[in-house]
Amino acid sequence: MESRRNPRAVVDPKVRQVGFFTSSQPDSSSTQQQQQQTDPIPASASSPPVSTISPSGNSLSPVMIPPPRLNSSDTFPLRGAAAGASSAVSPSSFSYSNRRDFPDGSTTASPGRHSRGSFVKSSAPVASSLPGIGMDSMAAAKSSSVPASGLTTVSVVTMPPGLAEKASGMEVQSDQKKNPKSLKEKTTKAERRAIQEAQRAAKAAAKADGGKVPPGTSASVASTSVKVAKPAKPSTQKNEVSVAAGVTEKKGGPSEKDRKKDAPHPRMQYDDESRVVKAKRRAVVKQTEAKNRVELFRHLPQYEHGTQLPDLETKFFQLDPMHPAVYKVGLQYLSGDISGGNARCIAMLQAFQEVVKDYSTPPEKNLNRDMTAKISSYVSFLIECRPLSISMGNAIRFVKNRIAKLPITLSESEAKAALQSDIERFINDKIIGADMVIVKHAVTKIRDGDVLLTYGSPTAVEMILLHAHELKKKFRVLVVDSRPKLEGQLLLRRLIKRGISCTYTHINAISYIMHEVTKVFLGASSVLSNGTVYSRVGTACVAMVASAFRVPVLVCCEAYKFHERVQLDSICSNELGDPNAISKVHGREDINYLDGLTNNANLQFLNLMYDATPSDYISMIITDYGMVPPTSVPVIVREYQKEHLLV
Amino acid sequence: MWRSSASFILDKHLNNKPISITHSIDSPPPPSASMADENPNPNPISAYYETRAAHHGIVTSEWLEQAQAAVQRYPDRENSVSPVSGSPFSVIEEFNSWRQQPDLAEAVAAIRALAAVIRASEATTMMELEIELKKASDTLKAWDTTSISLTAGCDLFMRYVTRTSALEFEDFNSAKSRVLGRAEKFGEISCKARRVIAILSQDFIFDGCTILVHGFSRVVFEILKTSAQNKKLFRVLCTEGRPDKTGVLLAKELAKLDIPVKLLIDSAVAYSMDEVDMVFVGADGVVESGGIINMMGTYQIALVAHSMNKPVYVAAESYKFARLYPLDQKDLEPALRPNDFNVPVPPKVEVERSARDYTPPQYLTLLFTDLGVLTPSVVSDELIQLYL
Repeated sequence: MESRRNPRAVVDPKVRQVGFFTSSQPDSSSTQQQQQQTDPIPASASSPPVSTISPSGNSLSPVMIPPPRLNSSDTFPLRGAAAGASSAVSPSSFSYSNRRDFPDGSTTASPGRHSRGSFVKSSAPVASSLPGIGMDSMAAAKSSSVPASGLTTVSVVTMPPGLAEKASGMEVQSDQKKNPKSLKEKTTKAERRAIQEAQRAAKAAAKADGGKVPPGTSASVASTSVKVAKPAKPSTQKNEVSVAAGVTEKKGGPSEKDRKKDAPHPRMQYDDESRVVKAKRRAVVKQTEAKNRVELFRHLPQYEHGTQLPDLETKFFQLDPMHPAVYKVGLQYLSGDISGGNARCIAMLQAFQEVVKDYSTPPEKNLNRDMTAKISSYVSFLIECRPLSISMGNAIRFVKNRIAKLPITLSESEAKAALQSDIERFINDKIIGADMVIVKHAVTKIRDGDVLLTYGSPTAVEMILLHAHELKKKFRVLVVDSRPKLEGQLLLRRLIKRGISCTYTHINAISYIMHEVTKVFLGASSVLSNGTVYSRVGTACVAMVASAFRVPVLVCCEAYKFHERVQLDSICSNELGDPNAISKVHGREDINYLDGLTNNANLQFLNLMYDATPSDYISMIITDYGMVPPTSVPVIVREYQKEHLLV
Repeated sequence: MWRSSASFILDKHLNNKPISITHSIDSPPPPSASMADENPNPNPISAYYETRAAHHGIVTSEWLEQAQAAVQRYPDRENSVSPVSGSPFSVIEEFNSWRQQPDLAEAVAAIRALAAVIRASEATTMMELEIELKKASDTLKAWDTTSISLTAGCDLFMRYVTRTSALEFEDFNSAKSRVLGRAEKFGEISCKARRVIAILSQDFIFDGCTILVHGFSRVVFEILKTSAQNKKLFRVLCTEGRPDKTGVLLAKELAKLDIPVKLLIDSAVAYSMDEVDMVFVGADGVVESGGIINMMGTYQIALVAHSMNKPVYVAAESYKFARLYPLDQKDLEPALRPNDFNVPVPPKVEVERSARDYTPPQYLTLLFTDLGVLTPSVVSDELIQLYL
């Protein structure tokens, strides 16, 4: 027990530094909320000591935990949730006071803090510090419908403080154990079985009676059986006490869980309002949401672009916990200075390298865990700037995996060096090296006289074309482009500079131009397990037209972008771009038909960033593991991830 | 890959059929022994198809019986073939001597030749041996670039033999013997492959079915022969197999086994497809997409069968799995072959002389291999697992 307890005390402080929300406003508001929620209930409980508790409940935590804790408000959402849940139950005051019994009992003693300390020491090592309470409150919230324990705690509260101190010591203790217990008890097999048996017995009785008066009797039987079941509780409890303690132990590390909650889920559903509100409270980047959103895509974040950049730039020096390198990359994502899967991924990894370089383990902390937490917080910042691509997700997974796998015996400098070289290796092997291999493979498919079509500006395809040109292959390139990004023009510029014969057209003309094409080379943001290619919007269109014309479609994609997810359409996971980009045409002031209509409720703009191409339209995927059919993606994902874990 | 070989089936069946495979040593000299000399293979005619033609000339049931008898008479001769060192060892010669056995596939011949290289090697370190082996396999591959199974067989042999980490911790002699053991085992498996496939495919041939076959594939012949021996009642439609009339040859062999056979001209495939229950073809090579490269005409048969919802089964040994990925028909190393039209070709008329075509995987139903019965997409999985 002791040994388990100690590490947690060490873990606790880590929580406080997690989360990069420096602005105190959301926190104070949340604490206010907290108070609002806590206040009325003690009032209803109407016991004098309790009314003093609500402030003390908040001031209590500083006893064990230094002030920053309050601001980071790790346990508060939890409590708030618990309070909400318990107040929803009709006999709320009971369950509520029950939930709070631990701090109450200790603080009612006038010299509260000292006594509390002694109480913790003397009564049991199990009695936890605040995290334990958080846990307890959670359990209580769940078990709020169990009246028995609630009653006992009321008695505790009403007891005179001095007495309560010692007398309740054990009782509270037992309560604490009982609560998680009793919530389990609710669903124990014994009880359910008892009910079942009762029903069966009732049925049998009904049969025996010839179906005379079943309802009443069965009810009574059931009730008795439940009563019978209740005495059975203690016996099971005893057995499970240790287990329950173990459970609280595990749950007691609320920090980990909370931190995970901190970062918005990469695929958060943005039509879930409560979550959006929560995420916003934590967010550094204050994005203003676009008003009119297309019905099908409400689950995706859509923001008015260009408003938040200056604001963030001014914050640059205020954001203490954010590493400047990460911050810079985030801003570059936001402004669109870095785009393209590989470029974004490399920029992020290099920022992480900087982070690792400047990192020093805070005292009393574990490098593995603290670093993971840090990376997580940076990632959530990056997500706020722009949703992660799948390739970045894979890279982050790699980095975290490496951190977790660092041998504990390494010194800090060694660990940092190992980590930096790991990231370096990832960039070199999995991204840059992979591109080289892809180029080597793909060039074998280019023959003299070919007409190659490409869409957008995929970096891998550009390298392939340039290399094939260096090999003196005679081919022509058709660059297909689309609004609003017109990335193809950049590619076109670079190809022409090398003397490659090119044709430039927009995607509208794809069906006209396709008949002269011999091969289509496409890039991909990701390739999913079912062979679906997730790529720049418009790719699916190109691939479908090509396959209708029986032109082979070759997708070039590094294996680190493969993902085991399966996706059937481009709706459930996508990214929405700036609506203004499609509503306005830059440099064409005469096209102003939509001026003044952007806020019209009847008008919704949909600027999708990605689409999903079904594997039927793809002839071949060229990766760093060679040329494979789309059906073999899962094999590569499997092998690749195995490697991930082993290396 | 070979760990999962389905060759255990053979052991089960061995009791029933004592005489299974015949890789004989005492082969009668083949009629076209002269072509063995042309090492760099200057003429554009595919050596692979010449060998096939030569073999077809003599693979008859009488000959097979003789060969079997010969093997039974000298069961221990096989081990004594290892060449006597002294004269400079040549892989090509070794390969040719193996290749002359009509029942031995080209890849198996290559595998045996490479095993002989190891045996004859005077290398003193593992690295030397590996380099020597690599050189030999490169020579073999260069000897006939049009043969997919030769290339694939050499590559697979190299992977199979050299990919073992245990080699680094042993002294050279034991390592060499281990490599040799693996090489022998690989040759063994390859030899058994045809038998395994024949047994695996029996579940798919039902009484009263009509089977369309194309070309003379030794594996398909083995399958049909086994079915006939299992007293299955079925009918076979043979395409003519222009230009070398391989279909006629197969029809003759099948007729000898009392299987009802009907001969079609190649262009009558669509006409008779509605009475066909399944299509059986062999393969020169199985490519990474799961498609096959086979004798000219396979693609159109597969297309017709697919459009009429008839299953197309491919029988191919796993040593034909090649790391190739053709995107279309022209995306292949051309294998040319003389075309005999029986009439003088008018001047200024071009003649298509390609000997094979590529059938994409979506037109194939199943592949019968010695690794088991596979769907086309599994081919790539096996290849990835082997080469990565």
